[in-house]
Amino acid sequence: MPKLPSWSEIQKNTQDNVIWKSIFRPGSIYRKGYRDTSRDRALAAMNNVLYHLHPVKVKRHGLKLTYTYCLGGLSFFLFVVLTITGIFLMFFYTPAAGAGTELAYADMRNIQASVTFGQLVRNMHRWGAHLMVFTVFLHMARVFYHGAYKPPREFNWVVGVILLTLTLLLSFTGYLLPWDQLAIWAVTVGTEMMGFTPVFGKQVQFVLLGGAVIGPNTLLRWYVLHVLFVPFVTVIFLAVHFWRIRKDGGISGPL
Amino acid sequence: MAEVQIDQATYDALTSQGVPDRIARAKAKAATVRKEKQEQGVEIGPKSADQATKALAEFRENFGGSGGGTATATAVADAPSGRLTPEERAARVRASLGQTNGSPSIGVPADSKHTHRLLALVPPSGIQQVSDKQQDKVYTWPHLLLVEFVALLAMGAVLLVVSYFIDATFRELANPNLTPNPSKAPWYFLGLQELLRYFHPMVAGVTIPGVGLIALGATAYMDKNPSAKPENRKFANMSMTFFMCLWTVFVFAGSFFRGPGFNWVWPWVDGLFFEL
Repeated sequence: MPKLPSWSEIQKNTQDNVIWKSIFRPGSIYRKGYRDTSRDRALAAMNNVLYHLHPVKVKRHGLKLTYTYCLGGLSFFLFVVLTITGIFLMFFYTPAAGAGTELAYADMRNIQASVTFGQLVRNMHRWGAHLMVFTVFLHMARVFYHGAYKPPREFNWVVGVILLTLTLLLSFTGYLLPWDQLAIWAVTVGTEMMGFTPVFGKQVQFVLLGGAVIGPNTLLRWYVLHVLFVPFVTVIFLAVHFWRIRKDGGISGPL
Repeated sequence: MAEVQIDQATYDALTSQGVPDRIARAKAKAATVRKEKQEQGVEIGPKSADQATKALAEFRENFGGSGGGTATATAVADAPSGRLTPEERAARVRASLGQTNGSPSIGVPADSKHTHRLLALVPPSGIQQVSDKQQDKVYTWPHLLLVEFVALLAMGAVLLVVSYFIDATFRELANPNLTPNPSKAPWYFLGLQELLRYFHPMVAGVTIPGVGLIALGATAYMDKNPSAKPENRKFANMSMTFFMCLWTVFVFAGSFFRGPGFNWVWPWVDGLFFEL
């Protein structure tokens, strides 16, 4: 029986080659190893894609759970969870409605009854969506009470208000997709209010509904808004939001 | 040496004038020092010419009459009267820069006896040392990332458990001809739907949310108070709390206290008419 390579030999053979070195940058802890020193702590942040979000060092008071309650981070985490569960649901869903072809509704039933983990993933998507509206709202309250919108952070507050609106739009456009009684009547109530916008209210309503009343066209439009358009816009504003946090000096405070 | 305490009255006065926190702190500390010195009977403020001459004599006695290691010491100790006239000072600057002909040139010429350049004349009392406050910082890894990771796991676990035990709402197939009673918007819009009972739809559905959102965004520009301390911004915090409570009341009313025909019901009498 040939001699088995030792652990250090395996490690050396895995790491000392062109492919490994192309993946991990010079100075990466995956090339040099990690010892718990200030230098390696700094390198762990610097040689990581998370460097886009976090600097090497952060203010100590910001770590206290009762300062942020992690609300912004959790909102983003829920956004990621909703993206993943949403992609899963897209595999099994057709945004088609109309007499004789009630595919959307049939697919929903199918997801819940036949798809492996379908019911669980749908539940996570729905409860996660409600939760995200809630955490985004609480995040806004937290930022307000810390006066964290004050100079130089005024513009990031505005971006945050836009993101709050986008979160509501994401949730509301998704509300129609199950195509059950709850969905279309909730959306009917919501879009009727939009119809009262001065001057061009009826036109706005017509464009959003793809007709005078909610129908198959509305479902297709809101599906595209829900899975592509609004998430696309949201990601752009999220990028600006995160970038400005760092540019404006990181977490606000201490008070 | 113990850290100098901040004189709270001075600090508050400066902060309310819009002075940056760092400068307000420095000035408040200086105020404390002044107070302490006044209490000890130490004279403060600019010295008279006599006092300056006396101080110079003391300085010479202690440190010798000529030479000296620092620019400060040299400049003062060599001065015949203790104070330089502006002309003397200008002459000294020129000489130290190697400019005897009066034409300005930068740097020290090669034939100069000086081995250094005079950069500034510093008054013997020294200059105020204001250094940026050292910030208390920690490494993102492991401190922040661990907190974030735990928060993420906790939220993920809560979501998974809730999703395991409670199924998402799913009703019968959409039917445009059969209006459920009551028909309600999603919960976050139920405050607006509640407003529909009191205002014209244009006001409740467009004007109030529109103006509300714009006002919310403009808050950052309308609030001119530079302080972030809760005790300095009672009005802002009270207004925000008031509006949030008002909004919560409307959302709760629309969610739990409105039944068939969107008429008022008591949930403990008539039951809940609310779906997520």
